[in-house]
Amino acid sequence: MCKPIGLILDTRQYLHIGLMQKISYLDTRKENIMPTLQFDEKLCETCPTGACLVKCKYIDLDKEQAKAEMIKISRGEDSVVFDACVTCYACEEYCKRGNHPFYLITERREEKGLLTAPRAITRQWINIGEPQGRYKLGKIGKKVLSLGFVPEFLDMVSGKLFEDIMPSFVFGQEFFCNVVYIHFANTSIVKQRLPMIMENFRELGVDEVVCLHDECYGSFSHLAPAYGIEVPFRPIHYFDFLYERLQQLNDQIKPLNIKVAYQRPCSSRLSSNKHNRVKQIMELIGAELVEREYQDENALCCGGIYAMLYGYDFANDVQEKNINDMLKNGAQYCVFNCPACQNTLGEKVAKRGIRPIHIIDLCKMAIGDKPLPED
Amino acid sequence: MKNITHSLAEIVGPEYVSTAAEDRYFYGREPGLMPPHAPDYIVLPKSTDEVQQIVALANRENIPVVPMGAGLSLTGLVIPLKGGIVVDMKRMNRILEVNEIARYALVEGGTSQGALKSYLEKHHPRLRHSIPDAPPTATIAANVSIHGQGRLTQQYGFNSDLVSGLEVVTGAGDICRIGSCAFSGNWFSKGAPLPDLSGLFLGWFGATGIVTKVAVKLYPRKKLRDVEIFVTDRTDLVPEIVYEITHTEMAEDILVFSQPKPMIFKDNHHVSFYITGDTDEELEFKRKMIWHALDRYIKSKDGGFMGIPPIMKPVLLESPQRSASRLADVKKGGGFEYSGPIVMIEKYPECVQKLQDLASKYDLAYSGMVRVIDCGHAAMFAFAFAFNRADKNMIERTRKALEEVSHFVLDIGGLYWKPTVDEQRLAIRNMDPNTWKLMEMIKANLDPQGIMNPGNWEVD
Amino acid sequence: MQYQEIIHRCFRCGYCKFTSDYTDFNCPTYRKFRFETFSPGGRMWLIRAWLNNEIENSERFQEILFSCATCANCVEHCVFTFRDDLVNIFIAAREELVNNGIIPPSVRDYLKNISISGNAYKQPAEERGKWAQGTAARPYDGQEYLFYIGDVGSYDERGKKIAKAVTNVFVKAGLSFGILADKELCDGNEVKTLGEAGLFQSLAKQNISLFKGLGVQKIITLDPHAMNAFKKFYPQLGGIFEVFHYSELIAQLIHSGALRFNEYSIKVTYHDPCYLGRHNGQYEAPRTILKAIPGLEFIEMDQHGENAFCCGGGGGNFFTDILGGGSEAPNRIRIRQALQTGAEAVAVACPQCAKMLDDGIKAEQLEGKLQVLDVAEIVVSALA
Repeated sequence: MCKPIGLILDTRQYLHIGLMQKISYLDTRKENIMPTLQFDEKLCETCPTGACLVKCKYIDLDKEQAKAEMIKISRGEDSVVFDACVTCYACEEYCKRGNHPFYLITERREEKGLLTAPRAITRQWINIGEPQGRYKLGKIGKKVLSLGFVPEFLDMVSGKLFEDIMPSFVFGQEFFCNVVYIHFANTSIVKQRLPMIMENFRELGVDEVVCLHDECYGSFSHLAPAYGIEVPFRPIHYFDFLYERLQQLNDQIKPLNIKVAYQRPCSSRLSSNKHNRVKQIMELIGAELVEREYQDENALCCGGIYAMLYGYDFANDVQEKNINDMLKNGAQYCVFNCPACQNTLGEKVAKRGIRPIHIIDLCKMAIGDKPLPED
Repeated sequence: MKNITHSLAEIVGPEYVSTAAEDRYFYGREPGLMPPHAPDYIVLPKSTDEVQQIVALANRENIPVVPMGAGLSLTGLVIPLKGGIVVDMKRMNRILEVNEIARYALVEGGTSQGALKSYLEKHHPRLRHSIPDAPPTATIAANVSIHGQGRLTQQYGFNSDLVSGLEVVTGAGDICRIGSCAFSGNWFSKGAPLPDLSGLFLGWFGATGIVTKVAVKLYPRKKLRDVEIFVTDRTDLVPEIVYEITHTEMAEDILVFSQPKPMIFKDNHHVSFYITGDTDEELEFKRKMIWHALDRYIKSKDGGFMGIPPIMKPVLLESPQRSASRLADVKKGGGFEYSGPIVMIEKYPECVQKLQDLASKYDLAYSGMVRVIDCGHAAMFAFAFAFNRADKNMIERTRKALEEVSHFVLDIGGLYWKPTVDEQRLAIRNMDPNTWKLMEMIKANLDPQGIMNPGNWEVD
Repeated sequence: MQYQEIIHRCFRCGYCKFTSDYTDFNCPTYRKFRFETFSPGGRMWLIRAWLNNEIENSERFQEILFSCATCANCVEHCVFTFRDDLVNIFIAAREELVNNGIIPPSVRDYLKNISISGNAYKQPAEERGKWAQGTAARPYDGQEYLFYIGDVGSYDERGKKIAKAVTNVFVKAGLSFGILADKELCDGNEVKTLGEAGLFQSLAKQNISLFKGLGVQKIITLDPHAMNAFKKFYPQLGGIFEVFHYSELIAQLIHSGALRFNEYSIKVTYHDPCYLGRHNGQYEAPRTILKAIPGLEFIEMDQHGENAFCCGGGGGNFFTDILGGGSEAPNRIRIRQALQTGAEAVAVACPQCAKMLDDGIKAEQLEGKLQVLDVAEIVVSALA
């Protein structure tokens, strides 16, 4: 399907306004067994905490009610959860029994035709994620950097941090992790596309994929296995990659001596064991990760999805809470993990006097690959 | 021939007259689809006086005169259909006056959009004019002469509505001041409260006279500007979505677009709108008001606000939008052509359906682009097709598609914007006969010899 | 013709005529002649018409094609993806005309002079090194840099002054350099831009052979036009050298402390040469130099950097003068722009610009009010 064709030097962005020839979508999917969600109702029945819905910020249920609603959902009945759930993914983390409450809610919503997002938004995202044949491949080795199809990453993978792995990279919808569609109550597209993505990686013959997007890591390490989709490589979170690399470059690190707040993305709930790397990386580069109310398990998402799904007030409310929390605790920088969070919140935090920065750029600053801001 | 050249040279100077084959080739055609026709002379005047002398000469010798700006109508309006003298106005490109308090700018007949934009940004940063998305070489005078639209059209009307005075050389060769400037050196009104004579020249494509000076109204320019795009899959909801947005009175430009590529736009209809403000507070307030106005569509899942990718935003915020010109190279062929009739917004679903049908029928790359006019009183719906200039078959298919659009426009009660001569004739045949009688009378009186851009606004 | 398959893509929108912010028209031939045919869009459409036999090669056609100053304003501002090739297209069209043998007499004469005398001035080769008399310039003999002068710096009165000034700065700084003197051959940049590809190749090959034979690795040029040829066209003919403009070296020498300055009180504006600026992306070094001089007040012209207005000398016009004079000649327009800044001097970094602007001052009758000074000449005046 995709043949490694060397480094494509075309850096023109695909997202420009203009016309192109009509392209018909070719469904080249091989016949596969339809992936199925591995959910066990008994685990909910015997759950000692009902944590998924008890801890949920957006609904108020006690342990018994929580368990009861999950059973209803499992059995395809109506549930108050369908109206209340805002797709923040947090219950995937709250559940310590690995039973995938959010994936289940999403499955049932789709079956019942319960939309979360406006139809046109869902359609737009389905179109954006469609493989276009316009991927970029570097010099593929056994270990490869996956940029998803985030154009911002193309410029970011430079300098000392990446000199050992570059130019081994992939970019394009052909490598898209497809996680986002669970925001739109659409798991069908995930089940349809994700196996194809795995095929693309398989054809490249890579052993390890360093995921620059948190979502990709969540997809390959959590979502795919939850659906029994085989992942033919070892996914590596870029936090691990960064941490290791920074340790190698330790003598070049100049402590930044700044206070930072961390913006935890929704997808981080799918890889909660990697979340702790943030503090470790901050310690390495001399940045103080401020303690705040909305952190770790209590983190607030960026609100980008909320705006699309629910309108101005709900998103704005969450964002204000989040930013006020950062300010109250003296953050000078807001460190981002996910480019979508950064697009959503970057300008907003900047207007309140906090510098937005991606964690990779922050690390670059610490090793002198990127200049420090003037003041 | 030689005598005329000599006479023209006496008026403008020999270096600004040409009868060379190369110039006649170039000035006889334009980047749209209309067939070429070479002029006999090309002349570049520097002053109103020179323009008047040219028109006087043309009257004496009975030679056609075609004034032009940058020649970007794309509908062949400055192709000299009967030969004659093409008057390239662009040497007359000064900015004569900007009155900050009265908010108007007075420019010459060949002053470009870009020059005025740049001048205001540098010297009057709190003022802006209604700039179209045509390349910035387009002239102010030509744009108002064809009732162009720009960034301020949603709020204040066609760019021609924003004229506050004209100086013209009529087809008969008289220099005439139109509006308050006929009384004083103040150019604040094009007619009201007296009889509005601007209509004798605006929309006539030079067939009644040449605009040698034009004053345009300026409006507040705010420090901040942003754009949002509301996406829906229901064409029938577009008119009411626009209605809701315009009701807030918070939006600047409102553009609706629909095109199959790039993929981010496929299958949907996009209502984009711009907001401005001098402070974050002002901007955010406007944003909130408009978001709230569309709440019910979000609730019903009929539409939502899309996230605009970071590389797209600066492109959308450009004025003029360079991407509008880039449409021409989509088929790697340097051509695009569009018919942009003025219609009532409620016709959006029909228009979009027609556009898609035509694109399918004639196998063409297309883009539907709508600019809301004057709080929704009307809209310009552009049926735009990109073509490859070197592909004769594609050119022919594009022509046919646009011909069908011409007839469709009449069916839906629309009006031709910058009509080709064929569309002009269709318009003449289909308008109230007394209306045409009035137009004929005006034309006959202002251009007794019939030398001004002949072929336009004429029966066959 | 090369690029024939993309010529039809020009939309004649006119972005190519403007500066980045649309303040003013920035295409030198369009500014002067004002006919659309003298704009890049005009040339594109006419070349296509000519290739399609819709128009003939006439004097006017040649004037249109050969007046182009190849300043690359169009390359900078065209909004389409083929903009990088615009100047190349005009040169390719010139090549067609040259091959057909129907070209303006002044072009023919220039090419003949190069062919016969090896320089544009019909001067004997023995005279080429004479400019260096009285300087401490040594013949190239394995020094770190070859300092390549070019035709204008070797034979033109104004150019020779500049060559001397640069030499003096290098000597003062103790730079290791040598010159070719009468061994030097025309670099061929203008030959190429005027469409004589064959002659260019021949010159280039001779130069490459000469440089290689002498073991040259690093070249400093006086003239940005020479730098352009050495950087852009010599490599594919086997001539791979590290090429610098002298302004880069002087900036480096200032940075390393090899040059010290006294106070030099003068108001200066800087004119970006097209072949240093737009063609080769070098805008900073001359500014660094000027700003390093204590007492010097530096003022930018409105149209500077990527928006600099060409002096009109490029594209061979310096020798063929097809662009011509008159009150709207580019050099005169540029001088008027410089005057507007209130500067006493307009600094240049190219001997062709120097002469063109000098002529502009005379034509505008501004002697005594404004002068043209090469960056190196300013440095020499300020040297401690």
